[in-house]
Amino acid sequence: MNLLTRVGRYFIFLGTLFTRREKVSVYAKQILEEAVALGIDSIFIVSIVSTFIGAVTCVQTAYNLVSPFIPDYVISLIVRDMTLLELAPTITCIVLAGKVGSNIASGLGTMRISEQIDALEVMGLNSASYLVLPKIIAAVLVFPMLITIAGFLSIWGGYVAGTLSGAITPEDYVYGIRADFIPFNVPFALIKTVVFAFLITSISAFRGYYTEGGALEVGKASTTAVTNSCIAVLVADYLLAQLLL
Amino acid sequence: MIEIKNIRKEFNGRVVLDGISGTFKPGNCSLIIGGSGTGKSVLLKCIVGLIKPEGGNVLYNGRDFWSGDKDTKRDIRREMGVLFQGSALFDSKTVLENVKFPLDMLTDQSEEEKMDRAQFCLQRVGLEKAAQRMPSEVSGGMKKRVGIARAIVMNPKYLFCDEPNSGLDPLTSVKIDELIQEITDEYQITTMVITHDMNSVLGIGEDILFLHQGHKLWEGTKDNILDTDVPELQEFLYSNQLVRRMKKSQQ
Repeated sequence: MNLLTRVGRYFIFLGTLFTRREKVSVYAKQILEEAVALGIDSIFIVSIVSTFIGAVTCVQTAYNLVSPFIPDYVISLIVRDMTLLELAPTITCIVLAGKVGSNIASGLGTMRISEQIDALEVMGLNSASYLVLPKIIAAVLVFPMLITIAGFLSIWGGYVAGTLSGAITPEDYVYGIRADFIPFNVPFALIKTVVFAFLITSISAFRGYYTEGGALEVGKASTTAVTNSCIAVLVADYLLAQLLL
Repeated sequence: MIEIKNIRKEFNGRVVLDGISGTFKPGNCSLIIGGSGTGKSVLLKCIVGLIKPEGGNVLYNGRDFWSGDKDTKRDIRREMGVLFQGSALFDSKTVLENVKFPLDMLTDQSEEEKMDRAQFCLQRVGLEKAAQRMPSEVSGGMKKRVGIARAIVMNPKYLFCDEPNSGLDPLTSVKIDELIQEITDEYQITTMVITHDMNSVLGIGEDILFLHQGHKLWEGTKDNILDTDVPELQEFLYSNQLVRRMKKSQQ
């Protein structure tokens, strides 16, 4: 199947999610379950990654800023802007593409090869809508919360690493994260996250939903889902930066 | 009653089903038999609406499934119960939740009514004690019975079973066959079973349709199947040691 056909099929798949929907009460329960599976279960990995990324960014920025004409607070200013603009939304979403994307693709792929999706279809249900729409809605709601946590932890990680290593004083760090603050960076990060959440869940679901074959193909679908999601996130990242900044 | 007329299906130019026709009556267990790769499961999927055939009609009490509108398809689907080859139970739900699932999704019954009905169906297949277990915690035979309970929970008019005995020991296979036969008689539903199990053929085959390489080669009942003069069917039947011995002892 060539790329164009696949993209076309992906958009048709997105269309099927919104036709013949089930009762709202069904989705409400599903969305809550998915929010736990996709969001709450990802807090640990997001916390670890973001804290260390903030710490490393602070230490490496301090290492590179050797000029005596550049004040120390610039280190935390850089940590803050990098965190808000790129590290928290993009890097965290790439990590989530690995964790959540493979989970979605392998889950749906297994349901496909074990005929669970067929079982839903013969009951007269729209299996795509029933299985995928709650995942997308849950991710769109929960990912911004994860990214907010990631942002805080990344800046905190920078603070801990910077102050413990002596690269910057606590006063300078706090001054830096407040200096020249552009408030739009926060909604920009959240807008990016919502787009990434949609892309990661829908692409992974598309890959898993159309799995054919056996266990080997489920593995392949999972890998392809992660690869495609990461590429989509990076392309969207560039486009959003061009459009919104 | 289900009528299929001239069902034709091909995949990438390879003809898998070529003009299959047949009639399946209520209160009867109709079997579709044949070797592996003869198109039995594809035919079942064409009948239940999972694969669209290139040609032909599938009529449920005169209503054509494939040329019907969305409402007709939905109505027909709600009259079906399907037992899949691997049971197709939802891994994340308990046995009881699996059985109750169609009621949750397709009816407006109260929780109490749904629980009563699901528990009744579990009781009917003898699994009331396994209600709170997960599918991964029950045996293959129990999974099939849960699948049957889920298939009958909506009081279907049509029951489809795709290789209900696959992967089961002979004794459990016979029990599953008996259960399918009992349910068919009790509710007077039109039951269609895909199988290549000779025990099922000789046990519950009230109407039998033999497929070979996508063609229907024979149609009859369990009473006259052993007298067939179709070489492909003879080869299929007598590949089984027990049937061979049975035939010898008859002679």
